[in-house]
Amino acid sequence: MGGREGFETIDGCRIRLMRAGAGEPLLFLHGAAGARVWAPFMETLSQSFDLIVPEHPGYGASDMPEWLDSVGDLAFFYLDLIDRLGLTGVNLVGTSIGGWIAAEIAIRNDTRLKSLLLSAPAGIHVKGLQKGDIFLWSPEQYARNLFHDQKLAEAWLARPVSEDEQLAAMKNNLATARLAWQPRLYNPDLHKWLHRISVPTLILWGDDDKVIPPGYGPAYQKLIPGARLEIIKDCGHLPQIEKAQEWTGKITGFIGEVAP
Amino acid sequence: MKFYFFHLMPYAALDPDYDKQYNSAWVTLPNSYYDPKIGHQLYNRYLDELEFADAMGFDGVCVNEHHANAYGLMPIPGVMAGALARRTENARIAVLGRALPLLNNPLTVAEEFAMLDNITGGRLVAGFVRGIGAEYHAWGANPAQSHDRFHEAHDLIVQGWTRPGPFAFEGKYYHFNYVNVWPRPYQQPHPPIWIPSQGSRETIEWAAHPDRKYTYLQTFSPVSALARYMAMYRETAARYGYQSTPDQVGWSIPTYCAETDEIAHREAKPHIEFFLNKLLRMPQEMLLPPGYLSLGSLQGIMQAKRAITGGPQTIDDVMEKGIFLCGSPATLREKLENYRSEIGFGYLLPTMQFGTLPHELVKKSTELFAKEVIPHFRSRAGKADAA
Repeated sequence: MGGREGFETIDGCRIRLMRAGAGEPLLFLHGAAGARVWAPFMETLSQSFDLIVPEHPGYGASDMPEWLDSVGDLAFFYLDLIDRLGLTGVNLVGTSIGGWIAAEIAIRNDTRLKSLLLSAPAGIHVKGLQKGDIFLWSPEQYARNLFHDQKLAEAWLARPVSEDEQLAAMKNNLATARLAWQPRLYNPDLHKWLHRISVPTLILWGDDDKVIPPGYGPAYQKLIPGARLEIIKDCGHLPQIEKAQEWTGKITGFIGEVAP
Repeated sequence: MKFYFFHLMPYAALDPDYDKQYNSAWVTLPNSYYDPKIGHQLYNRYLDELEFADAMGFDGVCVNEHHANAYGLMPIPGVMAGALARRTENARIAVLGRALPLLNNPLTVAEEFAMLDNITGGRLVAGFVRGIGAEYHAWGANPAQSHDRFHEAHDLIVQGWTRPGPFAFEGKYYHFNYVNVWPRPYQQPHPPIWIPSQGSRETIEWAAHPDRKYTYLQTFSPVSALARYMAMYRETAARYGYQSTPDQVGWSIPTYCAETDEIAHREAKPHIEFFLNKLLRMPQEMLLPPGYLSLGSLQGIMQAKRAITGGPQTIDDVMEKGIFLCGSPATLREKLENYRSEIGFGYLLPTMQFGTLPHELVKKSTELFAKEVIPHFRSRAGKADAA
């Protein structure tokens, strides 16, 4: 079990990635918490796909490049990564900030994509629909607001955290601030260009998401032509953790329906 | 040694029970806790205290900038400096400082400071800061850009003061075709620049650089930290190939002076504890947003800061750590003499009003300090300056 760990240098930035499995490529873009470990949902996805999990520039064991100012920069970086790895027919999955990056990639160029799967993506703003203030929450508030099931929050709070993990978390938080502090978790221009997306798109949202409320689901759905929206019951901002089986099932199912 | 009277202008009428409902006196504390009628009295009283310090012979008076909080009511410190410009005679007016990374156009500060410098005939001291972490929550400014924006805004302001205008400024965050600051500053090439900081190697490296040689102020830190950063400034200057002078470093610290140590302790206790436990109260996430400090400094400071913002603090805790100067004139003379000879700093910036300390006690303490502590250092400073 576990992904093969490797490093790639693209656009002068050395990043860490994990890769496992065979089949259609599935590129997974993580959220604010990074992708340090090989999570159970990754194991599941790697049984059906050639799963590629990079750590974004600025996060985890990847470099923080000078050029990184915005999510748009990351979108161009990942288009270059898709080129470098020679990928075609990519199933692009992004959660939270990773979903935002995925949307920014798709509006620029979706010719190498087969499908787009956005899980509680950041990236747009709906007036009056407040997101949670992830930067002001205490660790306890953060955990409690991340999960619907408070037992998971308590387990998350009780887990041992090494000094390395603490440092990685600070680095991730810094990268997230750099990309998303202001405007908070969105790009004011993104909503204007989501209509350019021409690949089949699935949007997933937990019904009890306190980071990006589920009201953002229909807003995103309206902006992407033909997008399907599915709400996951009794679930917070991280369905890939909280409802891993349901989440991976929906993703695998959707990709299976899309003609190759 | 020179003495600058520092005022924070707290909202001293803050309901002390606010913390049963809110976890901070900053950013998220509703402004319904503020009563403008009381505020009117406080502003005028505080300005009286600053003017009194001028009359008592302090070398300078200081104001500063904080936003959305009960700790300090000077979001626009230039308003206070403007009021003082016409009512003080001799004291320098130090704005310590403007929080540069919060600005959309730093030239507003170049203009504001130049106006103050013109009105006062060159009594302005220009302070530049990054603001504290809470400011980035209150203002929406990106803390991850804090250092870069500070440096770029500083360059723009200093160029605006010193280069013939109009000229173009082409930065990453600020790009203007016509930089042309009217009025030009009274002091040439520009007012003295002071850099208040809670202690960082990066800030010292930058302030001590031979192109700048700015006065570095250590604010609200234990005396052990003061010693460390003052030594760092001297070593940094030596590495740059020059010897720094005492007027390149200063110390800002809450101070209370009374007839005896016992009286000072008794009179100051409730007010300094209100300051520590009510006004300064904020969670780590508010104090240290990501990027405000480099990852390296962050780990070190997280430890030190817990000492200040951790649990409830008493007057004895802060006196022991040397975060609060409190005692009779003799005690304060002795302490300051020791600190000065051991640590070496040319400016002391006592915050003589803190928390709920009432007007009469502020005046009494200020007068005693001015008459019985300051003169002791005047003669010696005079000799040192002459030498």
